[in-house]
Parts: sequence; structure tokens; C-alpha cells
Amino acid sequence: MAGDSSRSNGLQGFIDTQMRLWWWKALCVACLAFATIGGMLLPVPRLNILNETIRNLYYHVPMWITMMMLYMAGFAYSIKYLRTGKLKDDIFAYQLTATGIAFSVFGMITGMEWAKYTWGEAWSNDPKQLGTALSMLIYFAYLVLRNGMKDEEKRAKISAVYNIFAFALLIPLIWILPRMVDSLHPGNGGNPAFKSYDRDFSMTIVLYPAFIGWILMGFWIASICIRTNMVRYKQENRYQYDIEKNNAHA
Amino acid sequence: MANNLLILVRKDMLMEWRQKHTLYGVGLYVASTVFAIYMMSGQPEAKQWNALFWLTQLFVAVNAVAKSFLQEHPNRFRYYFTLVKPTTFLIAKMIYSSSLMLVMSLISLLLYSILLGWPLEQGGLFVLISLVGSVSLSAVFTFLSAIAARAQQNSALMAILGFPLVTPVLMILSNLSLKAISPVYQPGWWVLAIVLVALDLLVIILGIVLFPFLWQE
Repeated sequence: MAGDSSRSNGLQGFIDTQMRLWWWKALCVACLAFATIGGMLLPVPRLNILNETIRNLYYHVPMWITMMMLYMAGFAYSIKYLRTGKLKDDIFAYQLTATGIAFSVFGMITGMEWAKYTWGEAWSNDPKQLGTALSMLIYFAYLVLRNGMKDEEKRAKISAVYNIFAFALLIPLIWILPRMVDSLHPGNGGNPAFKSYDRDFSMTIVLYPAFIGWILMGFWIASICIRTNMVRYKQENRYQYDIEKNNAHA
Repeated sequence: MANNLLILVRKDMLMEWRQKHTLYGVGLYVASTVFAIYMMSGQPEAKQWNALFWLTQLFVAVNAVAKSFLQEHPNRFRYYFTLVKPTTFLIAKMIYSSSLMLVMSLISLLLYSILLGWPLEQGGLFVLISLVGSVSLSAVFTFLSAIAARAQQNSALMAILGFPLVTPVLMILSNLSLKAISPVYQPGWWVLAIVLVALDLLVIILGIVLFPFLWQE
């Protein structure tokens, strides 16, 4: 038990330190600057129908990857909260998930904008869109559930339980749904996606920095939210925070 | 544990039997829902019949299963807490709400056959699927009603939390029951059936793992 808690402190300590450092923020800015400018200017393959809209790949796909990363991190912190019962872990879980929700909205908007030009309409009941709409509803429900409760401990516990339940069900559901409706989305039903562009060096060179940059951006936003809320939490619960800190060092 | 489980299920059934008005209330809810659908759609064709049936099941599940946790007084949980393990309590509630839902789905099937017609080729298969469906719906909603009860909210919250989660389950169920409606060859029917059962097991396991945390104060 003692070994277990010190190990989790070690990882948490590492995360706490890294949150304050600048190197990954600089990397984020560099990657995003390159991906944004390069995404607009560098050559892309000429494909029918897609044409220049293929550039949306640089902005749309990173949103989903960032969202999934943030949801996963939030899920991990929800589990951690149930194990430790420290409100700090709840702040991490909530802020990471809330940032993930923001990215799901961005991903939906960029996807619908692209679909309007390529599929002819913004919403066409595509399974990817349906799965996304469902996951957005699930996480909006998380916000409703969470903000309906005033008591901090109770809010933390119940929202952690719902977050774990929803996330663990969401993954198989998103995997099942596309098998029940035909898809137009690239990567389904013979439509070209990543794999066919992988050989194209000019796209790879922009795509991977875009992934890294947007993921770091997501965690950067989340870390700022976490840190402001930690300050507020420390101010409001001076006494309890000291106890938790002392327990951690003991 | 098995003994406690039986006692808890029996207690819920007994309460249901003694307060007959809630039981009849749910029955009346089913009847008036089906009647309202009948007034609007008459006797629809098979595919619409199927969709309407599963929608009815969804609304009935929200109303019938909400009772499992929300009807208990919050203070009574503290009493149960001293008596039984949380897992036993959750499983007892799941058994109780699934059996309530089984009865209600049979009633709504009967009303559908009277009012909206019986466009089924394989009636037995459809009954079987609707029974499996009521177990899966009530498993999800039982856990969500536990969450709603702990958050001291009403059944509206349960619907908000539950609808997006059960939409894919409903889609699986309605696709499965298409086989009972028309004898068209459906590739992957068995895979879908196995996926549904696996999903039910996942819900039950998640419930068992997570419920002890909800239970503590």
C-alpha cells in the first residue's frame, strides 16, 4: 500500500512539475505554427471531389485525437479519484474532460464544414456523425449531472462513477454503430483515408506536427484550467489541503 | 449472499404488491402510451411497427425502472448499508427491475397486437428478443437511477443520462427483431446478438465494480 501510493505520487509529482515548465509549450507553438502555415501553403495530392478540402485533414483529425486523449486522461483521473479520494484528482478529471468536450465541438464544426463542401450537406446521418453526436450528448449529460450537485465530495464521487461508466460503454458503442449504417466517411466502405496518403511525404510532414501540436495545445488549455482551479481549491480549503499534503508526505 | 439477494428481491416484489397503485400506474402508462401511438399511426407497416415498439419500450423503461432507486427514501439506504453488501443490493434491484420490465414488455406487446396489428412472421423470436431487450434496458437504467438517486435528482436526469447510452442498444435490438418481421436473410445476425449479450454483461460488470463507490457517503 505504501509502495503503491509513493509510486502514484512519483508520476503525479512528475506531471505537477511538467505542467509548469515551458519546453512543451514552445514545442506546441512551433508545431502549430508549422502545421497551420504549412497546411495552407504546402502542396497536397490532387484528388477528385476532395480537391483542396483535403487540407481539412490537418485541422479536423487532430481535434478528434486530442479529444480522445483528453477523455482518456479524464477517465484515468476518475479512476484515480475513486482510489484515492483526493479532490485534486477530481479537479484533474473534470478539467481534462471539459477541455475534451470543447475539442469535440471544434471537431464537429470542422467536420460539418468539410462535409458541406464534399458531401453536399453538413449533416447526412453518417455513422461517424451519429457516433460523435451520441458521445457529445453523453458528455453534455456529464456536465448537467455534475453541475446539478453542490456538495464537493459527493459531486466528485458521482461524476467520477458516471464518467467511468460512460467512457467504458462509449468505446464499444462507437465501434458497433458504424457496422449498422453505411458510411461515406474517409476510411469506411472503400473511401480513401490516411493509408492512401501515407506515402505522400508532403502530407505526412504536416500531419504529424499537427497531431503533436494540437494534443499539446489540448493539454496546455487543460493544465491552465486545472491550475486556476487548484489555486481556488487551496484558498477555499486551506485546512483540508494541508491535511492531504501532510498525509501524502507521511 | 444468495439468501440476502432473495430476501431483497422478495421485499421489493412485496412492496410492489402492497402498493398496487404504483404497479397499476406503470401499467396504465404503458396502455395510454400505446393508445396514443395507435390514435396517431393506426396500423403502421412492419418497419414502423418495430420502431414504434422499441420507442415505447424505451419510455416504459425510463418510467418503470426509475422506481427501483428513486422510490426509496434516501435515509433508508443507510439502513440497507448496515445489512447487505452493495453488490447484492444492486443485483437485487436489477433482478427486480428486469422482472418488472419483462411483465411490462409483455403487456405492451399484447396491446400492440390488439391495437396496432401483428405484422410478425416469427412471433416467438420477437417475444424472445423483446424479453432480452427489456433486461438490457433495465440493467442500464437501474444503474443510472442509482446515480440519479444519489445525486438527489428526479427521473428526468436519468433520461438525460440514459438516452444517448441506450440509443445504440435500441438500434441493435430493432435490427435484431427485423429478422422476426420478415424472413429476409440477414448477414451477421448472430454477431449482433452476441454483441448485445456482451454489452449487457459489460453493463452489469461495470455496475458491480462502480456501485460500491456510489453507495459510500
